[in-house]
Amino acid sequence: MDLSSINPVLLIASLMVSATPILLAALGELVVEKSGVLNLGVEGMMITGAICGFAIGVNTGSPVLGFMFSALCGALLSLAFGILTQYLLSNQVATGLGLTLVGLGLSSLIGKPYEGIKSPTLQKMELPLLSDIPIFGKMFFSHDPMVYFSVALVAAVWAVLKFSRAGLILRAVGESHDAAHALGYKVVRIRMLAILFGGACAGLAGAYISLVRVPQWTEGMTAGAGWIALAIVVFASWKPWRILIGAYLFGGVTVLQLNLQAAGAKVPIEVLSMSPYLITITVLVIISARGNHGAPAALGKIFHASR
Amino acid sequence: MTQPLLRLTGLTKAYPGVVANSDVSFNINAGEVHALLGENGAGKSTLVKMIYGLVKPDTGSMALNDAPFAPPAPSAARQSGVAMVFQHFSLFEALNVAENIALGMENAPKQRDLAAKIKEVSHQYGLPLDPYMRVGDLSAGERQRVEIIRCLLQNPKLLIMDEPTSVLTPQEVEILFKTLRQLKSEGTAILYISHKLEEIRSLCDTATILRLGKKVATCTPADTSAKELAEMMVGETLHVPERAAGDFGDVLLNVQNLSLPAPSEFGTALKDVNFEVRAGEILGIGGVAGNGQDELLGALSGEVSSKNAVGLRGRDISKLGPQQRRALGVLAAPEERLGHAAVPDMSLTENALLSAAVRKDMMRSGFLHWGKAKDYAQEVIEAFDVRTPGPANAARSLSGGNLQKFVIGREVLQDPDVLIVNQPTWGVDAAAAAAIRQSLMDLAAKGAALIVISQDLDELMEISDHFAALNEGRLSAIRPVQGLSVEEIGLMMGGVHSGVEGAA
Repeated sequence: MDLSSINPVLLIASLMVSATPILLAALGELVVEKSGVLNLGVEGMMITGAICGFAIGVNTGSPVLGFMFSALCGALLSLAFGILTQYLLSNQVATGLGLTLVGLGLSSLIGKPYEGIKSPTLQKMELPLLSDIPIFGKMFFSHDPMVYFSVALVAAVWAVLKFSRAGLILRAVGESHDAAHALGYKVVRIRMLAILFGGACAGLAGAYISLVRVPQWTEGMTAGAGWIALAIVVFASWKPWRILIGAYLFGGVTVLQLNLQAAGAKVPIEVLSMSPYLITITVLVIISARGNHGAPAALGKIFHASR
Repeated sequence: MTQPLLRLTGLTKAYPGVVANSDVSFNINAGEVHALLGENGAGKSTLVKMIYGLVKPDTGSMALNDAPFAPPAPSAARQSGVAMVFQHFSLFEALNVAENIALGMENAPKQRDLAAKIKEVSHQYGLPLDPYMRVGDLSAGERQRVEIIRCLLQNPKLLIMDEPTSVLTPQEVEILFKTLRQLKSEGTAILYISHKLEEIRSLCDTATILRLGKKVATCTPADTSAKELAEMMVGETLHVPERAAGDFGDVLLNVQNLSLPAPSEFGTALKDVNFEVRAGEILGIGGVAGNGQDELLGALSGEVSSKNAVGLRGRDISKLGPQQRRALGVLAAPEERLGHAAVPDMSLTENALLSAAVRKDMMRSGFLHWGKAKDYAQEVIEAFDVRTPGPANAARSLSGGNLQKFVIGREVLQDPDVLIVNQPTWGVDAAAAAAIRQSLMDLAAKGAALIVISQDLDELMEISDHFAALNEGRLSAIRPVQGLSVEEIGLMMGGVHSGVEGAA
């Protein structure tokens, strides 16, 4: 085994790329769940976003347009979920699972003509001055714009939830929709907005896989990333910065184990392949073992203003 | 003080089948603590809901500072200076105190300013609160403080408090009273609803007493004895008991030193309850709702186990569960029909089976005997005149009175040795109520021991042999119903146990 073939600078840089889709998807789902809605359709919205973004990217030659369109598609799919669960009061778990199945089917249908094509991808954006720092510059500041965007989004979501009145109302709705309704807040409208935000994030996350990380389309290419995002939200105790830790940990172990496989480590490949899942869950379980878990009290409950 | 703050004139509100308030008029002055007294169902809640804008009166008018006052919604009432502290709190447990208060304000200041304001106001009124504590970690008394501070931050002219002390410890009650007196000295009017007569006598300047939706009296509580207040609340029209004390058999159920902690923060702890019931005897237990009735029923039916407190024919059954107690002949019918006594979405047959499977032999080595269950449900329907198309109908589809007949009938027809019922005729029309009472008396005549918990004193006087009252989880002395006067009952319910002997 040749460990010297693993370059730590490249490792960290590719870790951030590999973690970005999960980070985006988990962040969107965090906002949805904070409003008291459980959307299990993240995987479906992700893969729909992946193919929609890819198709637009290939046809227009512009990955930026692809990303924008993928966010729109993710939001549209989540709109269906929102109408079903918020207005028609369907069961959120069943509807979310259905959404995943629809998304997987829809994406392979749309994706048939695009198999084997390479898409245009985002250019690296070297941040002036910062990227000139030796080692750290290459590690953290020579990425494509979406990586910076995802980290900025973590900070934004954290700040809005913690400091703004909008964030407070969102959390209140997720805690007790009855009390929020009694105080005069529009529960369904607030939840619809959160659901749309979650859908757009999942769409972006999917497009990041098909436009940047792999730059091509294969059926089912999200490969369970949406489910990992869902799990990370729970084990991160609904805290934005812990989602960042969870996503980067998962991304890091994924990249590391691939490097180890390439370097010919004497560990069965199966064990290496499952290690990202095992390690991420274990670490997050340990983090969240203490204190309250902060699950929104009204999570997954159906709201109906009966008065 | 010639100008009243709030003037109510001829307020009337009727719901289908019930007149909640009929021609109620009274005034509240600034700086006055005004008590609203009455039994359950006397119309107190409807009245304050009208003042707070939750309910619109059918006729009658209100005037605030001589200007017409008809709030269409609570927010309008709040803006006019009327604030209300609810009996059950409407708080977000996972949010902190400052966030909870901000959510209830129209224009909340920044968190830091608000926190400072909360600290200031809460210390000023002797209700210390940490604005950054999670509400979920607060005690019931502290949660109430959050609601009170939320009201105070909007500078109310009239503060309505609906049974504020029902969830408080005596120490917390003292603190609350100090705050209320301070508010009063600052000119805030307080409309105070409570069942606790001694509290009202020490706190309130004026009392308005409602009975069956009508105002019966206005008085000064400090100059009126608790006895007189109770008399006015209950009315003097109680039935002369018709049941003579008959010959009772052996003691069937005995309860000694039954003490249980409160099951939840809104529950009541049972404190050293002692009684025994003999074969053929009906023991009536009165008291205002929420003084331990549900908890007592739970301890007797077996939902809650206790330590050596409940005995059947001298054998300790306090550790047995409901099914085991049923097998021994101890049955119970709880107050809440949908969800406690019956499963709303199950058919009457299934509901019959759930309670009667053991005694009516509807189970054979783990398998259910649906035929027997259906026959039994049909038997109950016929014997108790339950109006329903058939036993296959869901419990939810029955009207309250019909379901009540079914629930009581289901237990009575199992030939229990001991039957405990809570509010057996609640929401049942007069004829059906009479039928249920008759069936309970017939059951006692056949040699069963009955414990009837009810808030309907007329009912208890009519059917019981002995009477006792629950007050804050304590059971008063047990008295024979014959010769018991209205004043004595009122005092037993109000928690004054000592020194009052029969006036008759």
